[in-house]
Amino acid sequence: MTTCMAGTRGRYYSHATTFDVAVATMRTRAMFMHSSGWGRHPIIETITHNPATRAGLTSTLRDVPDPVIPRGMGRSYGDASLAPHTLCMTRFDHFINFDIERGTIECGAGITLASLMQLSVAHGWFVPVLPGTGLVTLGGAIAADVHGKNHHHDGSFSQYVDEISLMLADGALLRCSRSSHSPLFHATAGGMGLTGVIVAARLRLRAVRSSFIEETVIAAKDLASTLALLDEHHEATYGVAWLDVNQHGTGRGRGLVMLGEHLGDGDLHSSARRPLAVPVDLPAGLLTQPVTRAFNALYFRRGLARCARRRVHYAQYFFPLDALRDWNRLYGKAGFMQHQCVIPSTTAAAALDDMLDAVSASGLVSPLAVLKGFGPANDNLLSFPQAGLTLTMDFAMSPATLALFARLDDIVVAHGGRLYLAKDACMSMATFRRGYPSWEAFQEIRARYGALGRFASLQSQRLGL
Amino acid sequence: MLSVLIVGATSAIAEATARRYAARGARLYLLGRDSERLAMIARDLEVRGAAAVSTAVLDVTHDFDADTLVAAAQAALQGIDVVLLAHGALPDQRACEQHVSQLRAAFEVNTLSTLALLTPLATLLQAQGGGTLAVLSSVAGDRGRQSNYVYGASKAALDAFLSGLRNRLARHGVQVLTIKPGFVDTPMTAGFKKGPLWASPDVIADGIVQAIDAKRDVVYLPWFWRFIMLVICGIPERLFKRLSL
Repeated sequence: MTTCMAGTRGRYYSHATTFDVAVATMRTRAMFMHSSGWGRHPIIETITHNPATRAGLTSTLRDVPDPVIPRGMGRSYGDASLAPHTLCMTRFDHFINFDIERGTIECGAGITLASLMQLSVAHGWFVPVLPGTGLVTLGGAIAADVHGKNHHHDGSFSQYVDEISLMLADGALLRCSRSSHSPLFHATAGGMGLTGVIVAARLRLRAVRSSFIEETVIAAKDLASTLALLDEHHEATYGVAWLDVNQHGTGRGRGLVMLGEHLGDGDLHSSARRPLAVPVDLPAGLLTQPVTRAFNALYFRRGLARCARRRVHYAQYFFPLDALRDWNRLYGKAGFMQHQCVIPSTTAAAALDDMLDAVSASGLVSPLAVLKGFGPANDNLLSFPQAGLTLTMDFAMSPATLALFARLDDIVVAHGGRLYLAKDACMSMATFRRGYPSWEAFQEIRARYGALGRFASLQSQRLGL
Repeated sequence: MLSVLIVGATSAIAEATARRYAARGARLYLLGRDSERLAMIARDLEVRGAAAVSTAVLDVTHDFDADTLVAAAQAALQGIDVVLLAHGALPDQRACEQHVSQLRAAFEVNTLSTLALLTPLATLLQAQGGGTLAVLSSVAGDRGRQSNYVYGASKAALDAFLSGLRNRLARHGVQVLTIKPGFVDTPMTAGFKKGPLWASPDVIADGIVQAIDAKRDVVYLPWFWRFIMLVICGIPERLFKRLSL
């Protein structure tokens, strides 16, 4: 393995006399770097390996000491992709097979959903479940079993994955599916990279006749009417509510319910826009209470103004934040955390009230909050979605934020809910175990395939996995 | 149908460029060092729309016969429209200062192997009476700096050769394109701390394809490097030698 290390000054090659090594552009490279999730908290020193072939991945796994965690675009928010050694899989961004008649596609784990869609939509095939950013990898989407605005009808991402090629701790490559090595499949989907390294996967796509979505926005004056509107429009293919959680008294929980339907106008254009970038870390104090309140009020009023229907490109509809590259820098150097929980329907209204109370009491503001309904859970051991309501709130990182999250976690647990592992940076082991009762079965499968101790992240260690 | 030959096809910039030609339905012939990686890329390009992709292993750090290689590519593609030479290495400057073998190796990879390939390719395209020779050079070739003058010199030699070749082939309708990227975030530069001047291979690939389409001679990528290098080359030597660059 070539070891190119970034030292304090420039770089050097560990085998400086072998020129073969100096010219190696293909082999696995490792380097020290500061690494974090999308929330930029915590930040740790890691050694990142960038294999480019299966042979390279096998030899990396053979050479690297325990523990190691696979990583894609680093879009999980907290510490799920952090470990002393990380395996960056973004060079596995290849198409392997695309059956244009039947709509199945096999790709390397490192391809982003945005680039997958760019090709597939041109042929009339859509990824059936899309998260809020296209800049996640296929491997990451499976590992977090991501969900989209259509979970209430269509379930989560892994439900459209037919087969996963997984590299196990010993370097062996195994194909697992619902019919072959099915326990491993159900542990790997939603398993946060803790069973092995996802190398490739085959996906079932949905036929579409347009790359455009008809979006309808309806304003709701408070939490009760937001909930009622979401319920009333349950039939819509896509449904989600933007929520203003920073209002007190009347108008608390006011929101914009955003619905979407696929259009059938035959226009399969790809999106040509290039994202703008946030070039530097903004000062930490930027997203203060007045700024956040003003932004949310403005956003609400803008939503009121465009209550009618409009035709939007899928990229704009599903990935609005991708238009601003590196938007996590808006929170400054300290970073931010996202709290995403799901609460069973029966207690959801009460839990939401309690959580909004806790936010008000903390004096903190959330620049962005989202509410949506989930359908039933699937058979995966650690997948997040289950029937109920999911609330997502962003907060700038501070000691007070940690205190607020502890309070919110207590409310979630008390109401029989759980937290999304892809967003989490601080939940306790007890909170995790209450929310994910299948964790022991998950550990048994990991043990069976030699993954215990070999694959681990800061998060898995915190959660006792 | 467009026929494209790429040397150093497993490099990030070459791969991004190949994807753009694949989307246009081109026929591609890829040369690179790692056969598994070449196979991955070839399959990917076919799914992206390439009419046909063939590959062959080439390691320019070992002896190779450029005439045979070019003949094989010509036979597979039946006429070559675009050639992209994208292989290269970033040598360790300080190691080159201590070991002449490393300095020689840098010139072998970045300069001599490229000239060896360009020689039969130039003959072929001249006889064809058309086509494009696009070669990855670097802004580092514009002026030597203490931090990487071995790399810079290996590219500067290439630049002079390309300018002569362009002069020779222009009357035969052959485009010779010198590509000068600035900082690009690729596996070759994995050890560097990245800043706002860094570009992605996708941005560079867009620029390469546009420059080939527009029949340009020399292109700086992204465009602002032309002005940065204009400033750097404008500094009087008396002052330049005192700078820590």
